Amino acid sequence: MTRVATEIHQLDVKGLQCPMPIVKIAKAMKELVSGDLIEVVATDPGSVKDFAAWSKATGNELLESSAIDGVFKFVLRKR
Amino acid sequence: MLEVMERPAQQPVPAASEAKSTAHEKLVIFAWSGDLDRVWPTLILATTAAASGMATTVFFTFWGLFPLVREDRRITGKNMMQKMLAVMNRGGIDYLKLSKLQMFGAGSGMMKVLAKQHQVASPAELLASAIELGVKLIPCQMTMDLMGLTTADLIEGIEEPAGAMTAMLDAKDAVTLFI
Repeated sequence: MTRVATEIHQLDVKGLQCPMPIVKIAKAMKELVSGDLIEVVATDPGSVKDFAAWSKATGNELLESSAIDGVFKFVLRKR
Repeated sequence: MLEVMERPAQQPVPAASEAKSTAHEKLVIFAWSGDLDRVWPTLILATTAAASGMATTVFFTFWGLFPLVREDRRITGKNMMQKMLAVMNRGGIDYLKLSKLQMFGAGSGMMKVLAKQHQVASPAELLASAIELGVKLIPCQMTMDLMGLTTADLIEGIEEPAGAMTAMLDAKDAVTLFI
Protein backbone atom coordinates (compact mmCIF):
# COMPACT_ATOMS: atom_id res chain seq x y z
CA MET A 1 0.00 0.00 0.00
CA THR A 2 1.36 3.39 -0.90
CA ARG A 3 -0.13 5.56 1.74
CA VAL A 4 0.94 8.88 3.15
CA ALA A 5 0.73 10.84 6.34
CA THR A 6 -2.82 10.66 7.71
CA GLU A 7 -3.59 7.47 9.48
CA ILE A 8 -6.02 5.24 7.70
CA HIS A 9 -7.19 2.07 9.36
CA GLN A 10 -6.69 -1.07 7.33
CA LEU A 11 -8.85 -4.11 6.87
CA ASP A 12 -7.77 -7.04 4.74
CA VAL A 13 -10.58 -9.38 3.73
CA LYS A 14 -8.85 -10.83 0.70
CA GLY A 15 -9.97 -14.38 0.00
CA LEU A 16 -13.08 -14.13 2.12
CA GLN A 17 -16.46 -14.72 0.57
CA CYS A 18 -19.89 -13.29 1.17
CA PRO A 19 -20.96 -12.43 3.82
CA MET A 20 -17.68 -12.28 5.74
CA PRO A 21 -16.28 -9.05 4.22
CA ILE A 22 -19.42 -7.25 5.41
CA VAL A 23 -19.34 -8.98 8.79
CA LYS A 24 -15.69 -7.93 9.18
CA ILE A 25 -16.21 -4.30 8.18
CA ALA A 26 -19.14 -4.05 10.59
CA LYS A 27 -16.94 -5.36 13.40
CA ALA A 28 -14.00 -3.16 12.41
CA MET A 29 -16.18 -0.04 12.28
CA LYS A 30 -17.25 -0.57 15.87
CA GLU A 31 -13.66 0.04 16.94
CA LEU A 32 -13.45 3.38 15.14
CA VAL A 33 -14.69 6.82 16.05
CA SER A 34 -16.77 9.14 13.90
CA GLY A 35 -14.74 10.59 11.04
CA ASP A 36 -12.16 7.81 11.01
CA LEU A 37 -11.16 6.43 7.64
CA ILE A 38 -10.75 2.77 6.89
CA GLU A 39 -9.35 1.16 3.78
CA VAL A 40 -10.58 -2.31 2.91
CA VAL A 41 -8.99 -4.66 0.42
CA ALA A 42 -11.06 -7.57 -0.88
CA THR A 43 -11.08 -10.14 -3.66
CA ASP A 44 -14.76 -11.08 -3.64
CA PRO A 45 -16.20 -9.44 -6.79
CA GLY A 46 -19.58 -9.27 -5.05
CA SER A 47 -18.11 -6.96 -2.46
CA VAL A 48 -18.16 -4.05 -4.94
CA LYS A 49 -21.92 -3.84 -4.81
CA ASP A 50 -22.14 -5.08 -1.24
CA PHE A 51 -19.90 -2.36 0.19
CA ALA A 52 -21.89 0.29 -1.67
CA ALA A 53 -25.10 -1.20 -0.28
CA TRP A 54 -23.66 -1.48 3.22
CA SER A 55 -22.55 2.14 3.04
CA LYS A 56 -26.10 3.21 2.17
CA ALA A 57 -27.65 1.00 4.83
CA THR A 58 -25.40 2.21 7.62
CA GLY A 59 -24.63 5.79 6.61
CA ASN A 60 -20.89 5.23 6.61
CA GLU A 61 -19.68 7.10 3.56
CA LEU A 62 -17.99 5.17 0.79
CA LEU A 63 -15.30 7.56 -0.43
CA GLU A 64 -13.60 5.29 -2.89
CA SER A 65 -14.32 2.04 -4.68
CA SER A 66 -11.69 0.84 -7.08
CA ALA A 67 -10.17 -2.29 -8.51
CA ILE A 68 -6.58 -3.12 -9.40
CA ASP A 69 -5.51 -6.55 -10.60
CA GLY A 70 -8.44 -8.36 -9.10
CA VAL A 71 -8.12 -6.64 -5.75
CA PHE A 72 -10.93 -4.32 -4.79
CA LYS A 73 -10.27 -1.36 -2.59
CA PHE A 74 -12.84 0.56 -0.59
CA VAL A 75 -12.28 3.60 1.54
CA LEU A 76 -15.00 4.40 4.04
CA ARG A 77 -15.52 7.13 6.57
CA LYS A 78 -17.27 6.30 9.79
CA ARG A 79 -20.30 8.46 10.34
CA MET B 1 -20.12 0.63 -10.97
CA LEU B 2 -21.97 2.02 -8.02
CA GLU B 3 -24.93 3.59 -9.79
CA VAL B 4 -26.90 0.36 -9.72
CA MET B 5 -27.47 0.87 -6.03
CA GLU B 6 -29.47 4.06 -6.64
CA ARG B 7 -33.06 3.78 -5.49
CA PRO B 8 -36.02 5.31 -7.31
CA ALA B 9 -36.60 8.92 -6.37
CA GLN B 10 -39.63 8.33 -4.15
CA GLN B 11 -37.49 6.49 -1.65
CA PRO B 12 -34.67 8.78 -0.69
CA VAL B 13 -31.93 7.09 1.22
CA PRO B 14 -32.32 8.12 4.83
CA ALA B 15 -29.29 8.84 6.90
CA ALA B 16 -29.27 5.61 8.82
CA SER B 17 -29.28 7.37 12.17
CA GLU B 18 -32.50 9.25 11.52
CA ALA B 19 -34.24 6.48 9.64
CA LYS B 20 -37.75 6.01 10.97
CA SER B 21 -39.19 2.65 11.85
CA THR B 22 -41.23 2.77 8.64
CA ALA B 23 -38.07 1.76 6.84
CA HIS B 24 -37.33 -1.90 7.36
CA GLU B 25 -34.70 -1.94 10.01
CA LYS B 26 -35.61 -5.34 11.32
CA LEU B 27 -35.23 -8.78 9.88
CA VAL B 28 -37.00 -11.83 11.22
CA ILE B 29 -36.28 -15.22 9.74
CA PHE B 30 -38.42 -18.21 10.55
CA ALA B 31 -35.98 -21.09 10.20
CA TRP B 32 -38.09 -24.22 9.99
CA SER B 33 -35.65 -26.46 8.10
CA GLY B 34 -32.54 -28.25 9.27
CA ASP B 35 -31.23 -28.67 5.73
CA LEU B 36 -27.71 -27.39 5.11
CA ASP B 37 -28.85 -25.56 1.99
CA ARG B 38 -31.44 -23.63 3.99
CA VAL B 39 -29.56 -23.08 7.24
CA TRP B 40 -26.55 -21.73 5.36
CA PRO B 41 -28.36 -18.88 3.59
CA THR B 42 -30.38 -18.22 6.74
CA LEU B 43 -27.16 -17.53 8.63
CA ILE B 44 -25.64 -15.55 5.75
CA LEU B 45 -28.67 -13.27 5.62
CA ALA B 46 -28.91 -12.95 9.38
CA THR B 47 -25.25 -11.99 9.82
CA THR B 48 -25.40 -9.58 6.89
CA ALA B 49 -28.51 -7.88 8.25
CA ALA B 50 -27.00 -7.57 11.71
CA ALA B 51 -23.78 -6.23 10.18
CA SER B 52 -25.78 -3.51 8.45
CA GLY B 53 -27.39 -2.45 11.69
CA MET B 54 -30.73 -4.24 11.39
CA ALA B 55 -32.23 -5.73 14.54
CA THR B 56 -32.20 -9.36 13.53
CA THR B 57 -34.09 -12.32 14.93
CA VAL B 58 -34.07 -15.94 13.84
CA PHE B 59 -36.84 -18.15 15.20
CA PHE B 60 -35.81 -21.80 15.00
CA THR B 61 -38.70 -24.19 14.76
CA PHE B 62 -39.31 -27.85 13.90
CA TRP B 63 -36.35 -29.34 12.00
CA GLY B 64 -34.80 -25.90 12.14
CA LEU B 65 -34.17 -26.34 15.83
CA PHE B 66 -31.64 -29.14 15.43
CA PRO B 67 -28.78 -26.94 14.15
CA LEU B 68 -28.79 -25.35 17.62
CA VAL B 69 -28.16 -28.66 19.39
CA ARG B 70 -24.79 -28.78 21.12
CA GLU B 71 -21.96 -30.76 19.62
CA ASP B 72 -21.67 -33.06 22.63
CA ARG B 73 -25.37 -33.98 22.78
CA ARG B 74 -25.58 -37.01 20.57
CA ILE B 75 -28.81 -38.50 21.87
CA THR B 76 -31.50 -36.11 22.94
CA GLY B 77 -35.06 -36.71 24.04
CA LYS B 78 -36.78 -38.21 27.01
CA ASN B 79 -38.70 -41.12 25.59
CA MET B 80 -37.84 -43.83 23.07
CA MET B 81 -39.44 -42.10 20.10
CA GLN B 82 -37.64 -38.81 20.77
CA LYS B 83 -34.34 -40.66 21.21
CA MET B 84 -34.79 -42.59 17.98
CA LEU B 85 -35.55 -39.32 16.27
CA ALA B 86 -32.25 -37.92 17.54
CA VAL B 87 -30.42 -41.02 16.28
CA MET B 88 -31.89 -40.62 12.80
CA ASN B 89 -31.67 -36.84 12.73
CA ARG B 90 -28.41 -35.85 14.32
CA GLY B 91 -28.41 -32.34 15.72
CA GLY B 92 -25.56 -29.84 15.64
CA ILE B 93 -24.46 -27.17 13.20
CA ASP B 94 -21.72 -29.42 11.79
CA TYR B 95 -24.06 -32.26 10.89
CA LEU B 96 -26.51 -30.65 8.51
CA LYS B 97 -27.54 -32.52 5.40
CA LEU B 98 -28.27 -31.27 1.92
CA SER B 99 -31.88 -31.38 0.77
CA LYS B 100 -30.69 -32.92 -2.50
CA LEU B 101 -27.57 -34.78 -3.64
CA GLN B 102 -26.86 -35.72 -0.05
CA MET B 103 -25.71 -39.20 -1.20
CA PHE B 104 -25.37 -40.64 2.31
CA GLY B 105 -23.03 -37.89 3.40
CA ALA B 106 -20.89 -37.60 0.27
CA GLY B 107 -22.85 -34.55 -0.89
CA SER B 108 -22.53 -32.48 2.26
CA GLY B 109 -18.93 -33.69 2.64
CA MET B 110 -18.01 -32.42 -0.82
CA MET B 111 -19.82 -29.17 -0.12
CA LYS B 112 -17.69 -28.66 2.98
CA VAL B 113 -14.51 -29.29 0.98
CA LEU B 114 -15.62 -26.82 -1.70
CA ALA B 115 -16.51 -24.25 0.93
CA LYS B 116 -13.11 -24.59 2.51
CA GLN B 117 -11.33 -24.34 -0.84
CA HIS B 118 -13.20 -21.16 -1.67
CA GLN B 119 -12.96 -19.71 1.83
CA VAL B 120 -16.70 -19.66 2.26
CA ALA B 121 -17.54 -19.38 5.95
CA SER B 122 -19.06 -22.57 7.33
CA PRO B 123 -22.45 -22.63 9.04
CA ALA B 124 -20.63 -23.05 12.36
CA GLU B 125 -18.53 -19.92 11.75
CA LEU B 126 -21.59 -17.98 10.64
CA LEU B 127 -23.54 -19.09 13.70
CA ALA B 128 -20.71 -17.85 15.91
CA SER B 129 -20.63 -14.56 13.97
CA ALA B 130 -24.40 -14.22 14.34
CA ILE B 131 -24.14 -14.56 18.10
CA GLU B 132 -21.24 -12.10 18.18
CA LEU B 133 -23.21 -9.59 16.11
CA GLY B 134 -26.12 -9.79 18.51
CA VAL B 135 -28.57 -11.70 16.35
CA LYS B 136 -31.42 -12.94 18.52
CA LEU B 137 -31.60 -16.70 18.09
CA ILE B 138 -34.86 -17.97 19.56
CA PRO B 139 -35.55 -21.68 19.92
CA CYS B 140 -39.19 -22.69 19.61
CA GLN B 141 -40.48 -23.92 22.97
CA MET B 142 -43.16 -26.14 21.46
CA THR B 143 -40.64 -27.90 19.20
CA MET B 144 -38.37 -28.45 22.17
CA ASP B 145 -41.19 -30.12 24.08
CA LEU B 146 -42.22 -32.13 21.03
CA MET B 147 -38.71 -33.36 20.33
CA GLY B 148 -37.74 -33.69 23.99
CA LEU B 149 -35.00 -31.07 23.88
CA THR B 150 -34.00 -28.98 26.88
CA THR B 151 -32.07 -25.72 27.04
CA ALA B 152 -29.10 -27.78 28.26
CA ASP B 153 -29.14 -29.54 24.87
CA LEU B 154 -28.78 -26.25 23.02
CA ILE B 155 -25.73 -24.07 22.41
CA GLU B 156 -24.94 -21.03 24.51
CA GLY B 157 -25.49 -17.47 23.37
CA ILE B 158 -29.07 -17.94 22.28
CA GLU B 159 -32.29 -16.53 23.69
CA GLU B 160 -34.66 -18.20 26.10
CA PRO B 161 -37.10 -20.53 24.35
CA ALA B 162 -40.29 -18.80 23.29
CA GLY B 163 -43.43 -19.24 21.27
CA ALA B 164 -44.65 -18.03 17.91
CA MET B 165 -46.09 -14.86 19.43
CA THR B 166 -42.66 -13.67 20.52
CA ALA B 167 -41.37 -14.07 16.98
CA MET B 168 -44.50 -12.42 15.60
CA LEU B 169 -44.00 -9.39 17.82
CA ASP B 170 -40.47 -9.02 16.48
CA ALA B 171 -41.85 -9.52 12.97
CA LYS B 172 -43.99 -6.38 13.20
CA ASP B 173 -42.58 -3.83 10.74
CA ALA B 174 -39.79 -6.25 9.89
CA VAL B 175 -38.65 -7.90 6.75
CA THR B 176 -39.72 -11.49 7.27
CA LEU B 177 -38.39 -14.60 5.63
CA PHE B 178 -39.51 -18.20 5.98
CA ILE B 179 -36.54 -20.39 5.13
